[in-house]
Amino acid sequence: MSVVTNTTTIGAIDAPSRRNTELMMMVFAIAISVFAYANVGLAIDGKLPSGMFGYGAGLILLGGVAHLVVRKFAPYADPLLLPLATLLNGLGLVLIWRLDQSQRLIQRAESQYGAYSPDAPKQLLYSAIGVAFFVAVLVILKDHRILQRYTYISMAVALVLLVLPMFFPAVNGAKIWISLGPFTIQPGEFAKILIAVFFSGYLMVKRDALALASRRFMGMYLPRGRDLGPIITIWALSILILVFETDLGTSLLFFGLFVVMLYVATERTSWIVFGLLMSAVGAVGVASFEPHVQSRVNAWLDPFAKATWAQSEQLAQSLMAFGSGGTLGTGLGQGHSDLILFAANADFILATVGEELGLAGMMAVLLIYGLIVERGVRTALAARDPFGKLLAIGLSGAFAIQIFVVAGGVMGLIPLSGMTMPFLAYGGSSVLANWALIAILIRISDTARRPAPAPAPSPDAEMTQVVRP
Amino acid sequence: MNKPLRRIAIFCGVLILALLVRTNYLQYVRADELNSRDENRRVRIERYAHERGNIIVDGNPVTGSVETKGSDFKYKRVWKNGPMWAPVTGYSSQAFDASQLENLEDGILTGNDDQLFFDRTLSMFTGEKKQGGNVVTTLNGAAQKAAFKGLGSKKGAVAALDPQTGAILALVSTPSYDPSVFAGNSDKDSKARKKLLDDKDKPMLNRALRETYPPGSTFKVVTAAAALENGLYKGIDDKTNSPLPWRLPLTTGDLANEGNIPCENASLREALRWSCNTVFGKISDDLGNQKMIDEANKFGFNKEIFTPVRADASVYPKDNRPQNAMAGIGQASNRATPLQMAMVASAVANDGKLMQPYMVAERQSPSLDAIYTHEKEQFSQPLSGENAQKLQQMMETVVENGTGKNAQIPGVTVGGKTGTAQHGLNNSENPYAWFISYAKTDSGSPVAVAVVVEDSQANRDDISGGGLAAPIAQAVMKAVIDSKK
Repeated sequence: MSVVTNTTTIGAIDAPSRRNTELMMMVFAIAISVFAYANVGLAIDGKLPSGMFGYGAGLILLGGVAHLVVRKFAPYADPLLLPLATLLNGLGLVLIWRLDQSQRLIQRAESQYGAYSPDAPKQLLYSAIGVAFFVAVLVILKDHRILQRYTYISMAVALVLLVLPMFFPAVNGAKIWISLGPFTIQPGEFAKILIAVFFSGYLMVKRDALALASRRFMGMYLPRGRDLGPIITIWALSILILVFETDLGTSLLFFGLFVVMLYVATERTSWIVFGLLMSAVGAVGVASFEPHVQSRVNAWLDPFAKATWAQSEQLAQSLMAFGSGGTLGTGLGQGHSDLILFAANADFILATVGEELGLAGMMAVLLIYGLIVERGVRTALAARDPFGKLLAIGLSGAFAIQIFVVAGGVMGLIPLSGMTMPFLAYGGSSVLANWALIAILIRISDTARRPAPAPAPSPDAEMTQVVRP
Repeated sequence: MNKPLRRIAIFCGVLILALLVRTNYLQYVRADELNSRDENRRVRIERYAHERGNIIVDGNPVTGSVETKGSDFKYKRVWKNGPMWAPVTGYSSQAFDASQLENLEDGILTGNDDQLFFDRTLSMFTGEKKQGGNVVTTLNGAAQKAAFKGLGSKKGAVAALDPQTGAILALVSTPSYDPSVFAGNSDKDSKARKKLLDDKDKPMLNRALRETYPPGSTFKVVTAAAALENGLYKGIDDKTNSPLPWRLPLTTGDLANEGNIPCENASLREALRWSCNTVFGKISDDLGNQKMIDEANKFGFNKEIFTPVRADASVYPKDNRPQNAMAGIGQASNRATPLQMAMVASAVANDGKLMQPYMVAERQSPSLDAIYTHEKEQFSQPLSGENAQKLQQMMETVVENGTGKNAQIPGVTVGGKTGTAQHGLNNSENPYAWFISYAKTDSGSPVAVAVVVEDSQANRDDISGGGLAAPIAQAVMKAVIDSKK
């Protein structure tokens, strides 16, 4: 018979913090990225890249700081989120650097803009700012419930962010950019988080009203207008804005976010039915008058069509890149995914993964994304407060939908709609926003997994304590 | 809230699963289809990613590869003496694909051929740079040069064969082009190619293989063979039954001879020596269309010939009596490629055995091991050995003291036949000057040759074939014989 050693009735058994697990995996993630970097250098120039130590040191510094901050400020956080994000960010840097070496892309940039500047150093800078964002969120946001206070402010800021690009010139047909001097910001990425915060705050308050104070109609529950009004207005506004800015991926993302969160908050399946109905109406409506959408759908149906080759070539090139990769891939630095030219290192970066790392690499990368989503959902399950649950599921749902829309688009599973693969793709806004997103998830998971504080010592406890010899 | 959360978790799982299934479908199931699409530039990138193997003549490459900058194609094809060899090699352009040997032997030249699988695997382990294999041709550099120089600025073609093996010794077409000028993929290359395509002289046309001409009087050799083979006349010095003038059957016109030549009842030898239209027109008519077609087919007419580069089919037509009589003297709808007429001469020279013409003697792996060696192969037997020797005597008479004196080579027996083919409606355009011949030494015949010159000037008798084309044939034959010494 085992001896019961812990006989005290007070205090909880400490949940393991798993910080050392995280450290181990961080080492692993950084090592893989550095090896990948060496691999590209060997494949392209036949020697180890000169920037390898700088790159390795940079990654170690960023990862190390992030890890130490988590250790200090969120000791019980989920141990997987940070290493997974670091691995993707590191691999993304390698892929962007690899595409920087492409003569084809250099020539294109020189003939089009007269100059060429590599993207990898900029991405490294963005990653550093991203990690700084991550650190700031963890340090400043001691408890995610504080965000509740900013429900309506989040909404206002999100709307402003979404409206702003209308006043800036369109870039490649989509008005989704704000230019500030040398920097351009894609506000949709940040709006994603703010909208999730707003939905969580609003739904937490109104969820009972939405779920219960409703009229039954044809077996479904229809909520009262005053409960549903604000949220539907915000959602419709954001979708409209995005449609006018022709940022279809983000509209789809917001729509999915809306349905998911409403469903989770109200626990009513009728919301899913509603959501699907509305999306069907919306999709048909938009597709019938928006030529941009129509051309995307046509390109999706037949990417190799001769008549529309100019519009569909990118997608066709992307499909051929995937095909060329085959099962094991051509090896880093040895493929021709740069044939995609425009946005090869942004929206289409997954094609480079597909070609150079092959089916095996693609499955690994998709599973890494899947794991991040899974850890996010797990955080939502573990969270003890409805706001935290809603926020966690909102953020991870948005993450999952974004991955599906982007990866499905470049693989020809669904029409292409233009968003970036989180962490992997080149782009400052994307990296910054996604690091912030991971930070919030880590914060919620820390709160969720934190052991309950020890109750105040009870004077009676002394008396019942077993006295050992 | 946990129940909907779990459902959302499943939903997210389904999204990821859909992506996993899709990537498997794309990269495993559809990979081959995507990789073989025309739009896929990778195929061409791969073709030019390594140094291309060479096309070899007389042990030396006539091709090469140079590294190019500023393009995704690493190597560019170059040719040594491009215009001279273009009818043999064809071109291989980064932007405009490839033709002829460069195209047909692409697998060997790029090193991607299945026959090279072992080499590829081996070099993968030894870490050697990937390289293409070589294609060794049968061509004779001296003969090619003589032919190219002989044609000079004239429009025309030369085909020379080794009658004993069928090996192609010379294959020239003028005006020619330099495939190097559009081997890359820059604007300059496109312009150069467009200029060549727009040129009214059609420099990119391979006249030796892909252009058919009326063979004119050179076809009388085939008609004579048909007469001997079908037993119409036995001895070549026996008088034939050929009146002069001879009326073209079913017409009201007489078939004319060029000039006032002794053709009435002339023997076969004399008729060939003077190139009598009346005698051979009548032979063709006496034998009939079918027998003429049968004999022409034995020489290779009415069939595309693969050397391995394709040669257009020469045509001896199915036709009515007057047309058949005209076809018997190489006019009407009778058309032949220079290669075809070289085959006729070579069959006669090789005692009636026609060998399959070929120009690839050997294919080599990158490590220079032979992975294919051509075995000589008989194409047909258009005439018996005895009749072939009779025909040889006739053709030798033509060169000794007939229309083909310009082809004589001191100390070598030469047989030949001149031809001047009428061209255009009512003979309105400049005729084609033809000459077919073979040379004979103690060890059989080393060379048979056909020459056609398109832009012969005004002279409309057989002398122009002898005057313009025979010296070129003579130079080619001499070059072959000299190179064998």
